[in-house]
Amino acid sequence: MAKRVGMEVSVAVAEAAKLANVDVVAAYPITPQTHIVEHLAELVADGELDAEYIPVESEHSAMSACLGASAAGARTFTTTAGQGLELMHEVLYIASSMRLPVVMTVANRALSAPLSVWGDHSDVMAVRDTGWIQIFVENGQEAVDNVLCAFRIAEDHRVLLPVMVHLDGFHLSHMIEPLFLPEASQVDQFIPPYQYPLPLSPDKPVTMGDFGPPFIYSEVKWAQEVNLRAAKKVILQCWNEFGKLFHRYYSPVESYHSEDAAVLLLTMGSFSETAEMAIDKMRAEGKSVGQIKLRLWRPFPFEELRKAVKNAEILIVLDRALSFGGPGGPVCSEIRSALYDQDKKPKVVSFVGGLGGRDITMAGFEEIVSKGIEVAQKGSTREFEMFGVRE
Amino acid sequence: MPKSADELTWKDLELGAIVTEPGNASQYKTGDWRSQKPVRDFDRCIKCGLCQIFCPEGCIEQNPDGYFEPNLYYCKGCGICARECWTKVITMVEEE
Repeated sequence: MAKRVGMEVSVAVAEAAKLANVDVVAAYPITPQTHIVEHLAELVADGELDAEYIPVESEHSAMSACLGASAAGARTFTTTAGQGLELMHEVLYIASSMRLPVVMTVANRALSAPLSVWGDHSDVMAVRDTGWIQIFVENGQEAVDNVLCAFRIAEDHRVLLPVMVHLDGFHLSHMIEPLFLPEASQVDQFIPPYQYPLPLSPDKPVTMGDFGPPFIYSEVKWAQEVNLRAAKKVILQCWNEFGKLFHRYYSPVESYHSEDAAVLLLTMGSFSETAEMAIDKMRAEGKSVGQIKLRLWRPFPFEELRKAVKNAEILIVLDRALSFGGPGGPVCSEIRSALYDQDKKPKVVSFVGGLGGRDITMAGFEEIVSKGIEVAQKGSTREFEMFGVRE
Repeated sequence: MPKSADELTWKDLELGAIVTEPGNASQYKTGDWRSQKPVRDFDRCIKCGLCQIFCPEGCIEQNPDGYFEPNLYYCKGCGICARECWTKVITMVEEE
């Protein structure tokens, strides 16, 4: 029987990696992910986790070491945030292109300058196109559950792709929350042993990451694209199996009182819970509002998203990242694009807010909704609204 | 008959484009990168082998008479052999 504990989310994430019985951890500490690395190092040093812990000199090396470990057939875990994710940027593409099922948690952090250790989604959006499966979580329990799911999804032979689990820096990483940690035996049942089909081995030598001249590069990239899209089916199966075993269910696009709502607010990550409270309040006041939470960022759940928003009149999207000189919010931009060719679709209003750790309170979400309705009805000369900025 | 490399579709590729046949880079023709080819005047060649040592492609081998000759399937025409040759027996000539 799973036990309910009060635990810092970072520690719980490390415990989840331990439950998944990882073989290799190569990571470099960076705020606000530090406690995850620290706890893993402690588990290995204390002999509670039988794994190789590689204290690398940078995030670029962390991801590179993870590739080698994964290619040799080891279950591999790492974790980073903000500038660290940027430093490993080029290696992220190599992980997905070489089809190595590394699992990484990202304690989402704003990018410098000015230096900010606080949370937003600038780091995530900069690695959007790296070919990783990307999952957002909104509380500690979801973080633990999805780290476990991430290993099963990544290592499934129909997938064999790396997975990022995004948890908001500080707003989640540093919270102490009540959560259920599953029994090791249950996790063993849920995650089969890792067997890479073509590992690095002296008995059967292979070459990985070879060079791809123009006559083959497009075929390799298309194979990768087809594979990432096809992974959605396995992700859905995994969440379903997880639900059967642990009684907590996940889906790519989650809805909160959205079925009958004229106005929908779309959020990602930990801010979703505050937004939920604002939705409750507004509904109690008789307003026709609901919420959509985008959990699966890659592969993008086009079908589920279109279905979830098709009956609404207005869809307000909150981004916690800014695409400078472009459409504003990267998430909203993709949602607009996903809906453009649909016959029946809501008006889409883009908000950018919650940058660099700035909170959005319940009252803030109410304001976003009322302003979003106003923009949808009256129109705006701006591509997006910058929420809460002092003018 | 197996497909040649430029006939392969995305479905024919191994996982992550892994190469499972060790050493198959030797099948890759780099000779067609060449715009100039090295031509030797064996009358003055002293068979010292310096061209073989300097060849970055490793494509120069000794023939039965002891002279060093490039394998033009691989030779990229870089001209390093001509530059390094002590006795100046190698001349780079435009490919036709």
